[in-house]
Amino acid sequence: MSTPFYVSPQQAMADRAEYARKGIARGRSLVVLQYADGIVFVGENPSRALHKFSEIYDRIGFAAAGKYNEYENLRIGGVRYADLRGYTYDRDDVTARGLANVYAQTLGTIFSSVGEKPYEVELVVAEVGETPEGDQIYRLPHDGSIVDEHGSVAVGGNAEQISGYLDQRHRDGMTLAEALKLAVQSLSRDTNGSEREIPAERLEVAVLDRTRPQKRKFRRIGGRQLARLLEGGGAETASEADADAETESGGDVE
Amino acid sequence: MDFLSEHQPELLPGKRTLPPVQGAIEAPHGTTIVAVTFPGGVVLAGDRRATMGNVIAQRDIEKVFPADEYSAVGIAGTAGLAVEMVKLFQLELEHFEKVEGAQLSLEGKANRLSTMIRSNLGMAMQGLAVVPLFAGFDVDRDKGRIFSYDVTGGRSEEQGYAATGSGSIFARGAMKKLFRNDLSEAEATTLVVQALYDAADDDSATGGPDVARRIYPIVTVITEDGYRRLSEDEASDIARSVLERRLEQPDGPRAALL
Repeated sequence: MSTPFYVSPQQAMADRAEYARKGIARGRSLVVLQYADGIVFVGENPSRALHKFSEIYDRIGFAAAGKYNEYENLRIGGVRYADLRGYTYDRDDVTARGLANVYAQTLGTIFSSVGEKPYEVELVVAEVGETPEGDQIYRLPHDGSIVDEHGSVAVGGNAEQISGYLDQRHRDGMTLAEALKLAVQSLSRDTNGSEREIPAERLEVAVLDRTRPQKRKFRRIGGRQLARLLEGGGAETASEADADAETESGGDVE
Repeated sequence: MDFLSEHQPELLPGKRTLPPVQGAIEAPHGTTIVAVTFPGGVVLAGDRRATMGNVIAQRDIEKVFPADEYSAVGIAGTAGLAVEMVKLFQLELEHFEKVEGAQLSLEGKANRLSTMIRSNLGMAMQGLAVVPLFAGFDVDRDKGRIFSYDVTGGRSEEQGYAATGSGSIFARGAMKKLFRNDLSEAEATTLVVQALYDAADDDSATGGPDVARRIYPIVTVITEDGYRRLSEDEASDIARSVLERRLEQPDGPRAALL
């Protein structure tokens, strides 16, 4: 009979964490920033079909870095949780805090379960409030912890460097164009410090816009509107951008 | 709603059975819903009355709901069940859109509603029928479309105009005489208010515009810009101008004889 090697629990957990972190680091980073009228999600994503950001509920958005099939699974679980809760009780009873807790439970259980490999994902759950003070951003690392973030957050491969860059430059009350430009600048910095250009076509951008008249505040930004926001001066406000989007796309729905 | 039926089947309507009862069950019923298409969209409107037997159960009930960005449902029949059905229908459309990342086609939505009505057949046999009218803007074909249903879930697409509920016979008669293919949006909204007025004129279960309490029909417009409900002021303007003309001509506008 062979005796199994003893592995200390600390070592086992450290190995699992290392495995998950490496998986996440292979994915591209994304950032989530607060701006005057809401929360903006920006990431580099060459695919038009596989989204990194999506709508969970009226005021709640979802962003994920890491393995696509794993976070897609979590995303659909989140949509189900939110829709079921909103149907059973009321639309106001679906909150980012509740959703983040569910995600933390799921991720934590998977992380510490011996039979399963840990999920190689890092999530952000954001909820836009009536005012900037009411905004909530939660970051959920692979191990099931929850980090309550303010202002800006970065997840994915190069997250530490990017969040350092954002922390220095992000301020409250930025316009959408300003926040977007800052996000793109932060994403275009490589690990070795050099900069590269990310063309608008490779960007995935979405906002939770509190000025939107509809109940559902999530909206994707792309095409000409994105190009204009990136080029134009910081003068353009989000509400103008929204009006432009409506006329331009003819009520195009994500 | 496969997910819901697996996890929380008790939340789904249609699974319930009623204990055998004597006679009809007394519950508030919604009455008249009308819809008219015009080039570029469709108008869906409903009166505000709910009745329970010969009693007016509610004067200001809302019976027209947005199903999603590009469609709306107007409900006639048992109010409680109908409202729940609409709620579930809204949920399904939104859920599908979020999970799949694309909207259902208008046909797909209409078919889904059909299945939901059919699942209520048992209740309908006991007098708790739900018969909605579904209208939406078809983004693929670029036009407004109307679908009507019967209690068994039978679906039929209507050309031009349609009505459901107790006052629908009178409303349909009015619309038949007033409808044209080249209506503008403003004309279409006036037309539905005229039709509802005629329905209220001859059907005791349909409510007319209540000027004293400021209760006017709900009028919604769906175009390529999406769903829009006319504001209180807009609806009252239309209702008042219709009422004004009716003071001189109680039977409303006269159609040409030949």
